[in-house]
Amino acid sequence: MSAKRTNAAYSVVEPTTTSKRVAGTLVVLYAIVTMIPLLWIFATGWKSPPDSISYPPKILFEPTAEGHCNLFTTRTRQTDEFIESLGPPRGMCDRITRERNMVIAGESNYFPRFVNSLIIAFGSTFFAVLLGTISAYAFSRFKVPLADDLLFFILSTRMMPPIAVAIPIYLMYREVGLSDTRLGMILLYTAVNVSLAVWLLKGFIDEIPREYEEAAMVDGYTRLQAFWKVVLPQASTGIAATAIFCLIFAWNEYAFAVLLTSGTAQTAPPFIPTIIGEGGMDWPAVGAGTTIFLVPILVFTILLRKHLLRGITFGAVRK
Amino acid sequence: MARPPRDAHAFPIESIVTDNSILQKGADAVARATPDGVARRVRGLSDRAVAWIFIAPTIILLLAINIFPLIWTIQLSLTNYRANRPNAEVRDVGFRNYERILGNEDIWFSMQTTASFVVLTIAIQTILGFTLAYLIDRKFRGHAFWTTIILIPMMLSPAVVGNFWRFLYQPQIGLFNYVVSFFTGAEPSSFTMLGDVDLAMWAIVIVDTWMWTPYTMLICLAGLRSIPDYIYEAAEVDRASAWRRFWSITLPMALPFVMLAVLFRGIENFKMFDMVNLLTGGGPGSITEVASITLKRQAFEAWRTGYSSAFAIILFVTVFGLGSIYVKALNRVKQR
Repeated sequence: MSAKRTNAAYSVVEPTTTSKRVAGTLVVLYAIVTMIPLLWIFATGWKSPPDSISYPPKILFEPTAEGHCNLFTTRTRQTDEFIESLGPPRGMCDRITRERNMVIAGESNYFPRFVNSLIIAFGSTFFAVLLGTISAYAFSRFKVPLADDLLFFILSTRMMPPIAVAIPIYLMYREVGLSDTRLGMILLYTAVNVSLAVWLLKGFIDEIPREYEEAAMVDGYTRLQAFWKVVLPQASTGIAATAIFCLIFAWNEYAFAVLLTSGTAQTAPPFIPTIIGEGGMDWPAVGAGTTIFLVPILVFTILLRKHLLRGITFGAVRK
Repeated sequence: MARPPRDAHAFPIESIVTDNSILQKGADAVARATPDGVARRVRGLSDRAVAWIFIAPTIILLLAINIFPLIWTIQLSLTNYRANRPNAEVRDVGFRNYERILGNEDIWFSMQTTASFVVLTIAIQTILGFTLAYLIDRKFRGHAFWTTIILIPMMLSPAVVGNFWRFLYQPQIGLFNYVVSFFTGAEPSSFTMLGDVDLAMWAIVIVDTWMWTPYTMLICLAGLRSIPDYIYEAAEVDRASAWRRFWSITLPMALPFVMLAVLFRGIENFKMFDMVNLLTGGGPGSITEVASITLKRQAFEAWRTGYSSAFAIILFVTVFGLGSIYVKALNRVKQR
C-alpha cells in the first residue's frame, strides 16, 4: 500500500498518464478548431481580392498589402491615359491601386471610426471606473441604507435588452442634442459599465483589510486621505482589471452604436460590416480592418487571464 | 499599530507612520493658519457624507440613463407615438399596445424563436463547456496555455466577428462550406447556411457556440477546481467507482457553478442582437427573427415607437421575472 501511495499514478486526485494524454489531445484539437476562423480572418487581410474568393479556398497565397490599402483609402476607376498622365506612383498603395486601373481618391472612414472607438472606449472606461471605485468603496466600508437593494438595482440595469433601452435613449438624445455625439456615447457606455465596475470593485475592495485605513485614520488621516493614500494603491490591480473589462465592453459594443450613431460618432463595429468594394464585400479589406480591430483585445485577454473569471461573472466567482 | 502586515505583499504600515508624521506637521501648520470653521470642515467630512458623495454620482447617472428612459418607455407604451413623426398628434391608447402584442402571432413566433435559440445554445454550450473543463482539469502539460487560446473568441466583438462569419458561410467560396464538403462529399455550393430556412438558425447557433463555449468552460472549470481533494480521497477509501464519483461528487458539487453559467448565458442570449443582426438580420424571411430583432424592426424601421415600447417592457419583465425565479432556484441548490 505504501508503495502505491507514493506512486502518483495511483493517487485518486492525480489523473493517470493515459487520461492526461487523451484529455490533452482533445483540448488541443478543440483549440485548433477554435483558432481557424481567426487565422482565416488574419490571412484574408493579406490576400488579393481574387485570392480571397477563389475556389477551393487558398491556404497558401502570395501576401499583398492590397486589403490594407483598400481599407484606408477610397478609390475611383480611371482610364489608362489618365493614370499614365499622373507620373510615377507615390508609395506602395498608390502602385497597387494603379495596377487595378484605379487611383486613390481620398482617405476612407476607417481611421476616423477607429479613433471614435478609442475616444469613446477610453472615455467611458475612465468615468465608469472613477464612479465605480468611489461607489464600491462606499458600499464596502459604510453602512449604506438599503445597500443590497441599491446594489441589485445597479446590477438589474444590465438585464435590459439594449434595443429596449435604445428607444427612449434615442428620443432623449434627440431632445437634448446628444444624438450621434461622442459625449452621448461616452455617457451611455459609462452607465452600462458602471454596474460591472461597482460589482467587481466592491469585491476587490472587500478583500483589503479595513485595519489599514483605520490605522491611517488613527494617525490623523481623514477618511478621504485614507481612501486616496491607502485604499487606492491596494486596489490598483483590481482597478486595472476592471478598467480592462469596461474597455473591452465599450470597444466591442454594437447594438447601441448601430442604432444611435450614423456619422461623426460612429465606432468601428458598425462601420466594419459596411466596407464594400466594387461588386460586393471587399473581403481582404474587411479582414484587415477586423484584424486591426481585434489585436488590442487579444493583448488585453492575455493580460487579464487571471481575472477573467471574476470579470465575466460580475465578481460572483473568485478563484 | 503593532500589528504586523498579514503577508509579504501587504501594505507596509511603517511607511504610513513616517509619511504621516511629515504630513501631520504640514496639516498642523495649515490648521494653525486657517480659521476654526474652515479647519473643521476640511478635516471633518463625516463618513455618512462621504458615503453619499461617493454613491450619488453613480445613482444619478443610472437614474438619468436607465431609470428615466425606462419610465418614459412605460409612458410611451400607452400611446400611439411614432418617433419619425414628432409633430403628429399623440393619443393615449391605454393598454391597447399590450393587447395587440400578446394577440400577435408574429410576436409569439419571435418569442418561440428566441426561446429555442436560448435553449439550444445553452444546452450545447453547457455540455461542451463542461466536457472541456473536465478535460482541462486533467492538468495535462501545457493546459494553461491551451486554456488561454480557447478563451480568445469570447472576448472579441460579436458584431465584428459575426460579420466575418458571413464570409466563412458563403456558398462556393466560404471556408465553412468547403470544410463540410471535404468531410461529407456534399457539393459546397449545394447549401447556403445563412439563406436556407432549415439551416439559418443552426448557422447562428454554431457561431454562438464557437464564441461562448469558453465562457461556460471557464465557469465550470472554477466549479471543478472548487471541489476539495479530500472528498475524492474519502470516496476512494469507500471504493466508489469512477462513474459513481463523477455522478455523486463532481457533478453535484460543480452544479451551482454550471447553473451560474446558464444564468449569465441565458440573460445574454435572451438579449441577443448583434450577431443575429449581422449574420441573417432575422432572415430568411423571419425564421431567425429573435425578440431583439423584432423590436429593432418595429422601433427603428416601422417606427411604431409606442407599440415597440410596450414590447420592450414585456421583454424586460420576462427576463427579469425568469431571472429572479432562476436565482431563487440557484440559491436553493447552493444551500444544499
